[in-house]
Amino acid sequence: MFYRETGQYKTTYSADQALFPIAQDRYVIYAVLFGTFVVVPMVANEYWINAILLPFLIYSLAALGLNILTGYCGQVSLGTGGFMAVGAFSVYKLMVAFPELGFITLVLISGLITAAVGTFFGLPSLRIKGFYLAVATLASQFFLVWLFNKVGWFVNYNATGMITSPPMTIFGVLITGPSAPPAAKYLLCASIVAISALAAKNLARGRLGRNWMAIRDMDIAAELIGVRPLRAKLSAFAVSSFFIGMAGALYFAVWLGSAEPTEAFDINQSFLVLFMIIIGGLGSVLGSFLGAAFLVLLPILLKNILVDGFGTNIALAAHIEIMTIGVLIIAFLIIEPHGLARLWRIAKEKLRLWPFPY
Amino acid sequence: MNFFIEVVLNGLMAGVMYSLVALGFVLIFKASGVFNFAQGVMALFAALTLVGFMDEFGMPVWLAIAGTILVMIALAWLIERLMLRHLVNQDPIILFMATIGLAYVLEGLGDILWGSDVKLLDIGIPHGASDYMLDTFDIYIDKLEIFAAVTAAVMVAVLALFFQKTRTGRALRAVADDHQAALSVGISLRTIWIIVWSVSGVVALVAGIMWGSKSGVQFSLSLIALKALPVLILGGFTSVPGAIIGGLIIGVGEKVAEVYVGPMVGGAIENWFAYMLALAFLLFRPQGLFGERIIERV
Amino acid sequence: MTINGASSEILLKVEDVSLAFGGIKALDSVSFDTRKGEILAIIGPNGAGKSSMLNVINGFYHPQQGTITYKGQTRKQMRPYQAASQGIARTFQNIALFKGMSTLDNIMTGRNLKMKTNLFWQALYIGPARAEELKNREAVEKIIDFLDIQAIRQKAVGKLPYGLQKRVELGRALAAEPDLLLLDEPMAGMNSEEKEDMSRFIIDVNMEYGTTIILIEHDMSVVMDISDRVVVLDYGRHIADGEPHEIRANKEVIDAYLGVSHE
Repeated sequence: MFYRETGQYKTTYSADQALFPIAQDRYVIYAVLFGTFVVVPMVANEYWINAILLPFLIYSLAALGLNILTGYCGQVSLGTGGFMAVGAFSVYKLMVAFPELGFITLVLISGLITAAVGTFFGLPSLRIKGFYLAVATLASQFFLVWLFNKVGWFVNYNATGMITSPPMTIFGVLITGPSAPPAAKYLLCASIVAISALAAKNLARGRLGRNWMAIRDMDIAAELIGVRPLRAKLSAFAVSSFFIGMAGALYFAVWLGSAEPTEAFDINQSFLVLFMIIIGGLGSVLGSFLGAAFLVLLPILLKNILVDGFGTNIALAAHIEIMTIGVLIIAFLIIEPHGLARLWRIAKEKLRLWPFPY
Repeated sequence: MNFFIEVVLNGLMAGVMYSLVALGFVLIFKASGVFNFAQGVMALFAALTLVGFMDEFGMPVWLAIAGTILVMIALAWLIERLMLRHLVNQDPIILFMATIGLAYVLEGLGDILWGSDVKLLDIGIPHGASDYMLDTFDIYIDKLEIFAAVTAAVMVAVLALFFQKTRTGRALRAVADDHQAALSVGISLRTIWIIVWSVSGVVALVAGIMWGSKSGVQFSLSLIALKALPVLILGGFTSVPGAIIGGLIIGVGEKVAEVYVGPMVGGAIENWFAYMLALAFLLFRPQGLFGERIIERV
Repeated sequence: MTINGASSEILLKVEDVSLAFGGIKALDSVSFDTRKGEILAIIGPNGAGKSSMLNVINGFYHPQQGTITYKGQTRKQMRPYQAASQGIARTFQNIALFKGMSTLDNIMTGRNLKMKTNLFWQALYIGPARAEELKNREAVEKIIDFLDIQAIRQKAVGKLPYGLQKRVELGRALAAEPDLLLLDEPMAGMNSEEKEDMSRFIIDVNMEYGTTIILIEHDMSVVMDISDRVVVLDYGRHIADGEPHEIRANKEVIDAYLGVSHE
């Protein structure tokens, strides 16, 4: 009764093409933004920020990136972990070499470097499709992790092979390293993620987004109406890797503080992010966030229930967790292949008609 | 020169092991169009079950193997019943992702049932250096790998006979060609799927035995699936001979590169070299070694 | 009968084109030409090479032999992007819409070559990118009005009935403001009412925008009614062309259709 567009007449195409054409949706977004930037920093404690909010935001950004490539452009990638590593090692090298440029600039540059690497590894997509491409992207995953392990230059010849983020400040506030205030880390990540989400949404509704979807839905027809597969696919790889690279940079520099390539960026990272967009919803910006929230919260929830609630030992709990994630993935694909975002849309549709279901 | 031959022979033997895993992929892909990412975990699961039967229940080898085969068939039935049946008509990519979920389930289940510690698997396959090869040609080859090569050859022969000569085999080929058409002439897709998943369950068991005997049964066993993937892009997803020859090429290429190129760049290149080899090859022949050239229509 | 006063200027000339897949000859030295502003029908039995001919014209297939002269430029083969950017648009025999996208987005995609702003502006969605979106939206709305599909503007095309999908596909082709429109069986599977609508749209496009149209169609009464000239293919060979009344009287054409054995 309260959620409907009746009476909201749009008299210009520009109003009709707005991001959220329905007024109530806009109110929800304002509320979410207010909550994110005002309420949460005031009430959240250190545990919440470090264990839940930071990983949620960072994985949302990575999922957003992968969703552009896989959800919008239809190119399945299993190389997310490797691309996150590129972002992380880029930002590390930059932080050591050019600290005067400022952290945000360095994160952006890391994103651009990852975009270049991603574009390069996207080149095979011009010749090969589908599963062949998915397997090919595994090559980038293994190669990149190997590279960061083997070439000492990337870790500044640190004997342990670890990289540790040097302290950096924004407006005089420390944002990296263990002594940085959690609220500052949180606000930094939230700002970057919010702006990225807006950019992704804008790209998705414009010409580029349509070209990506055209390639996804019917690549031959797209080519015959003048969409250049080369440009569409490589631009998807570039934009996707840009977001994933920034996510990798934040993952290492802000959240973990130090990282080692084999563990932090292994193939399970690639799968995790892929699962996020499947569960959240392929081809949906909102879905990237929902999926990330779900898979960040689930292990914590399971651990709380099993270890703290039933006293299960930790090893067994880890196995049960893996199994549960597997079962949930399958269940989601069976029940709603379009993910949480679709359920949300259906709920809105029901709400729009309520209380008269016809 | 002798050293080179040894490297190549060892590569061929390793390639056979890859082929064994790739074979399981190809069987399922051919009959159901599903790219079964869980194939490697299935091999791990089968090996774990086998060890579990032998160690914890004290079964003799033959009984444990028979038991494991039954378990793999039951697993195939469950997978069809609980997963595949509900995903008919979905995009191949959705099915692919479901099998990644399946891999997680099997991994967790195997660990819960049998524990995640490294286990020894010894079902009496000979191993150690082959004295004959060492004495006659001065070449080091593990007996286990010769055994694996012979097993693989026998298995391919049996599968070929099965596909060519039996009624079920013909039905399988029909389904592979065209699902709809096969259904319309009265072939039950569900039965076919159970059969083909069972068969690749058995193939997974064989692969699990070989790999398990070689390096112990542990989680890393499931990663051999990742090794088999370049074999698939090389040989094509639908070709049994492709899986064999692709496996051999990857095996040899990898060993040669490891010995001659590896030291120059710091070693441990076997993780990605096979992928690069397969990719380089694909750029020239996108349909794989044995895939047919696709004529696109609109 | 000339509905639209087609000029005598040649827009497209196909000369001696041969196309083979392996050993199978799809086209066997076919030649014909299309005048600017006319409606040309290509007819022939199944497997005569009609769709292959369209695929050659817009660069999806590359013939082994022969030349294509379009807008005065002679080429051995066209490239899809080249064809699209030179004003060749088409619809497909088995509808090739982008199923996951709305009607509006499908047609907007058809205008992709008219849009130029770069990634940076698009990500911000301000200034030139926004202006460009709005300008093209207006053009698309004109097409939506013309085809009378306002009601399904925001619907996902995958769920639309067949006849409407065909219409949306025509809309997507029109969005490119083509000089040459290739229609592959635009009326296949339609009832007579829908066929009548579609015929009207085709004639309107031809008259209002002066678009040259090459269409493949099996329904002879439609072909005879709306086309200016007809080309007949059989087994990849060109066996006749001319005005509809000439084709109707052509013995070889009748043989090809009725399957008279050639002694």
